[in-house]
Amino acid sequence: MNPIKALLEKPWLADSRPAEVIHSGGAARMATLRSGLWLFLAVVTALFLLLSSAYFGRMSMPDWTPLQEPRILWLNTGLLILSSFAMQWAATSAHRERMAGVRAGLLTGGVLAVAFLAMQIVAWRQLFELGYFATANPAYAFFYVITALHGLHITGGLVVLGAAADHAWRRDDAASMRRAARLCAIYWHFLLVVWAGLFALMLADNSGAIQIMEYFSSLASQLFEADLSRY
Amino acid sequence: MTDALITEEDHEDQVLHDPTTFITKYIWSQDHKVIAIQYSVIAISIGMVALVLSWLMRLQLGFPGTFDFITPESYTQYYTMHGMIMVIYLLTALFLGGFGNYLIPLMVGARDMVFPYVNMLSVWVFLLSVLILVSSFFVPGGPTGAGWTLYPPQSILPGTAGYDYGIILMLVSLVVFIVAFTMGGLNYVTTVLQARTRGMTMMRMPLTIWAIFTATILGLLAFPALFVGGVMLLLDRVLGTSFFMPDIVSLGEPLAYQGGSPLLFQHLFWFFGHPEVYIVALPAFGIVSDLISVHARKNIFGYRQMVWAIVIIGALSFVVWAHHMYVSGMNPNFGYFFAVTTLVIAVPTAIKVYNWVLTLWRGDIHLTVPMLFAIAFILTFVVGGLTGLFLGNVVVDVPLSDTYFVVAHFHMVMGVAPILVVFGGIYHWYPKMTGRMLNDTIGRWHFWITFLGTYAIYFPMHYLGFVGVPRRYYSFEGLEFIPESAYDLNRAITIAALVVGAAQFLFLFNLAWSFFYGRAAGPNPWRATSLEWQTPQTPPVHGNWGPKLPVVHRWAYDYSVPGADADFVPQNVPRDRIPDGGAAEVGP
Repeated sequence: MNPIKALLEKPWLADSRPAEVIHSGGAARMATLRSGLWLFLAVVTALFLLLSSAYFGRMSMPDWTPLQEPRILWLNTGLLILSSFAMQWAATSAHRERMAGVRAGLLTGGVLAVAFLAMQIVAWRQLFELGYFATANPAYAFFYVITALHGLHITGGLVVLGAAADHAWRRDDAASMRRAARLCAIYWHFLLVVWAGLFALMLADNSGAIQIMEYFSSLASQLFEADLSRY
Repeated sequence: MTDALITEEDHEDQVLHDPTTFITKYIWSQDHKVIAIQYSVIAISIGMVALVLSWLMRLQLGFPGTFDFITPESYTQYYTMHGMIMVIYLLTALFLGGFGNYLIPLMVGARDMVFPYVNMLSVWVFLLSVLILVSSFFVPGGPTGAGWTLYPPQSILPGTAGYDYGIILMLVSLVVFIVAFTMGGLNYVTTVLQARTRGMTMMRMPLTIWAIFTATILGLLAFPALFVGGVMLLLDRVLGTSFFMPDIVSLGEPLAYQGGSPLLFQHLFWFFGHPEVYIVALPAFGIVSDLISVHARKNIFGYRQMVWAIVIIGALSFVVWAHHMYVSGMNPNFGYFFAVTTLVIAVPTAIKVYNWVLTLWRGDIHLTVPMLFAIAFILTFVVGGLTGLFLGNVVVDVPLSDTYFVVAHFHMVMGVAPILVVFGGIYHWYPKMTGRMLNDTIGRWHFWITFLGTYAIYFPMHYLGFVGVPRRYYSFEGLEFIPESAYDLNRAITIAALVVGAAQFLFLFNLAWSFFYGRAAGPNPWRATSLEWQTPQTPPVHGNWGPKLPVVHRWAYDYSVPGADADFVPQNVPRDRIPDGGAAEVGP
């Protein structure tokens, strides 16, 4: 459906084509589920974008000290990438109707995702041991909020994955797994991209983002200063 | 995956699990109609609490010092809870959870929402959020008195009522509400996109559906801002982080907070808060368009403009949020930008008002109760909208911002106007929901008391605002610039508020009485064209349509078509059944 074309329709004029031609109705279940998923991903995107904008806003306050990221986060990122690959493997196997591949892909993807969550908790513990609780500095507070919210979304994905895996083990029907495996893979890739964005965001302040922000805010205040005198 | 790969199974009609027991039919129900009624009952129940709170506020303002139990602290708690309940738990839940749930599948010709189980979860999680909110009335210290905007630092500092538990419960309740709303919202949007019946293009949908659809998208994108702000404020309160909390001295003691930005919260809050205005207003626009068209027996004037205006208003509502922050201290150039975008919204909004009036013009106007409410909405919305143009300008807003002028504007445009549509909508669709008409005499009494009464309440408040009476104040003792007449006016407003509030119990009585003794309605008492009036049973049963889904052959506004037998042609009547003189054929 082309939204612009749809908005230009003139519904008050009679249209003698058969109703099925005008709008076929009865969308496929797959299309419905996929629309629902993409819509949900749009909501999650809005959530993390707003969190990021709050991060930038808080970063420009004077008391910000950059976070020393635990190095284990690089390992965790690797785990999440592998997990995403495994889910893709499951989706592709379902597409080619290879049940063994579906099961192996779902299992590996799930185990790697659980490992990712466990290692995120290890990263938290490392920071705790250094004495960096949420109150230590806003950068740490953001780190905990960001990783917790991301982890929560992974956990939600694992619940759905569990249901899909249950289905995969009980029925030997690769065709019926297509939908579930495909949707799981989309969700996994999405959360990988979100994680990459968030990780980059958290790394940014060590590598000059603060200076860039300061430059822009000084530029902005210079621009506005002349005007301010008018008011 | 391409469509060619979709299996046969995918093409099956949606599987409906017919409920077998009382519990699955009326309590753990996945039927959108039952869920809609559950949403509405919960929302109206908590709304009655907010109504009583407004009475208590008015008693203090009208007769200061007469009621010992109203203290300055409890007064702040009343207006906080009144505002939050009315905006979020009543209006948002009722328009989208109530009307949205009931009308979307029926009006687009679907058997149910596309994800019925998630829909059921949505209403129960909503109930949970309401229970958390209500529990804050019973904890030590009571509910929060931070004001419904919950601005830090004051909202989470000792000295604000409800510091101990109230604010925590409020924030948790909001987060839970957002989860519930998201589950419902995914359903509403996906159902509109994917479950329309044959022949039902987007532009053949009634404006009610367009408006609820757009409002839900706004909600899905705006509520995450409240979620983020709420979670961070909760952490500031519970863990002592400093997202929003600056270095601060409280009661002579420097607190551990440092360096946070209260303005950051305001940006997040209003990035949600302004779209929220339209989350409530757009469904009202949509419903009122349909009420006017049906009861004036005339097609809606400028259908396409109406749809475009809904979409444009929705988009613009995301770039005006800082007009709520003119007095928070901002660069004048930002104020200029937000004043411009705010005033630009008046254009599509005015188009809608003109089109409603032009629909009425030379229409066959039936002054039924729903129509009375619809016309009252137009009047009220124009009044509230015009004062919005005042407040959208920085130089006018700054002196008026903390006065009753804002209370008057806000209640006219976002309180009274949408609630009039809620009533109009209930009088209009109650016959479909129950099979019985609401009592007309009680309905007219309810209308006139509510309509005239709300003007008696809010019109004088504009004047109070101009003379500088500050809002949020428990009493005006020692404020010598306030003339004696303002006190008299406050007493009169209070009496009007008590009467208007009491009239709502008349409405509730009507809902209950008519359920048992109302006149039988028949399937289509208003002789309307849209699909919900064409169901085989009234009230519609589970699955809505019997064995075959309806097929749509025309738009929803074929009223008074020249040459047709009746003055309305339902959407599912085929083209060839209409004699000559119908609308012209498309194209060459």
